[in-house]
Amino acid sequence: MTPSSGDTAWVMTSAALVLLMTPGLALFYGGMVRAKSVLNMMMMSFGALGLISVLWVLYGYSMAFGNDVGGGLVGNLDFIGLEGLLAADPLGGVEGEVAGIPPLAFVGFQAVFAIITVALISGAIADRAKFGAWMLFAGIWATVVYFPVAHWVFAFDGYTAEIGGWIANDLKAVDFAGGTAVHINAGAAGLALALVLGKRIGFGKEPMRPHNLTLVMLGAGLLWFGWFGFNAGSALGAGSTAALAWINTLAATAAASLAWLAVEKIRDGHATSLGAASGVVAGLVAITPACASVNPVGAIAIGAIAGGLCALAVGLKFRFGYDDSLDVVGVHLVGGIVGTVLIGVFATADAPAAVDGLLYGGGIDQLGRQAVAAGAVMVYSFVLAFAIGKLIDVTVGFRASEEAEIAGVDLTTHAESAYELGSVTGGGYRSGTGTTIDATSREKVQA
Amino acid sequence: MKLVTAVIKPFKLDDVKNALESFGVNGITVSEASGYGRQRGHTEVYRGAEYTVDLVPKVRIEVLVDDADADDVIEVIVKSSQTGKIGDGKVWSIPVEAVVRVRTGERGVEAL
Repeated sequence: MTPSSGDTAWVMTSAALVLLMTPGLALFYGGMVRAKSVLNMMMMSFGALGLISVLWVLYGYSMAFGNDVGGGLVGNLDFIGLEGLLAADPLGGVEGEVAGIPPLAFVGFQAVFAIITVALISGAIADRAKFGAWMLFAGIWATVVYFPVAHWVFAFDGYTAEIGGWIANDLKAVDFAGGTAVHINAGAAGLALALVLGKRIGFGKEPMRPHNLTLVMLGAGLLWFGWFGFNAGSALGAGSTAALAWINTLAATAAASLAWLAVEKIRDGHATSLGAASGVVAGLVAITPACASVNPVGAIAIGAIAGGLCALAVGLKFRFGYDDSLDVVGVHLVGGIVGTVLIGVFATADAPAAVDGLLYGGGIDQLGRQAVAAGAVMVYSFVLAFAIGKLIDVTVGFRASEEAEIAGVDLTTHAESAYELGSVTGGGYRSGTGTTIDATSREKVQA
Repeated sequence: MKLVTAVIKPFKLDDVKNALESFGVNGITVSEASGYGRQRGHTEVYRGAEYTVDLVPKVRIEVLVDDADADDVIEVIVKSSQTGKIGDGKVWSIPVEAVVRVRTGERGVEAL
């Protein structure tokens, strides 16, 4: 069977859009930290781009989308190294009806989901993590948390393999593009790591203002752009489901941004640019699971609720004293829960997911299924992320030294500074042998 | 000779520079500074978290002048930088022992 060229083109384009979200996230996060640690912040995203892509090809895809080993918990290793997928039949093809897409297009699309999920966590540990320890965490967490959870949520029976994951097939919770597997998963892991690493020096006392809000807004824009691939691409075809997901991704996000600004205007007196950008992300997070199960008015409702709640939730860290530096919990965990659970309220059977929520006479059954899915992923991710983080912390150490943190982890862990603005630094190039090549070297002065 | 130092609001720099030029001052040194006086700082809010920013941006101007000109130069700076609102800054002068023009080696008033 020949795959559908239209569907294949859309899925591959979407995969590229989603890939762009990770550098977008790097900008979004990078602008929010202080100038002395922006490179480290961005490197945590770029490190994930490298590492998770490789792991995905080697065994991640197989753990997520191989045939279930039992209980819907994890896939087997049939596809290790993408074994057997080079000339495989199209996925989702039904003879005479749907042509489907090549398995490798799906591999690529899902790869970029794994990358961004890991990268999202890094916002919780800004300014104070050792880069090597982060990379170690990223690899282990992806292996024991993300790959299995992607199997739970995204592996439908009979798509990539005969038996898929338990949330998708047994529980039948609706999570179209990853409210649980991506956002609740990353949010819970972020909370765990914020607790393992502890507060930044001066947290709650010294000002830790975003050093570049224009980067934050550029990053939010790129995230929104890429998110059309994330949500509409999850239709795995270029058709009416993708179109609905697209419109819902527009409507919910816009409503969330407005809601966040409204909360700020009422509470603080000013509508801020950081609020607009944060509201965009909160809305994107919340509509992710719901974008194929609600109509566009439902999407506006979910977006507005998520934008308002997340604007309030980002204050929790000060009340409870955990330093989730860039609000991975307040935006991704809270937004992910809001979107996942509200499917049980706003879902309409008219949408492709074909489920009625509370408001459309579906009763509380779906609401219950949504809550179980959200709770299961949250607990699993939190417990394992905490354990992995602790293990790394007591063995190789997760947190940078106090001296490094104060000087800035850019300089101490990467030997770079993001911005060279001053002209009076002195010095010259240093060659491999340690001699200084400098216009004012002794020979030149004497000559 | 005297060193006149002024700490002023950044947006008044051009006015002060032009006023000093018309007065006949040959050169000035300008640097960015931060600090606070009676007006203290301001408040910023990020994702609901309020930060007080104590140190507000200012511009520091330094001018070397002949003793006889010091009071006039202070007057010129005050007039050209005044907005009448809180946070306008300060101007002061201190005696200077020696001044040398690096290029020529001239000393004292000749070097101004």
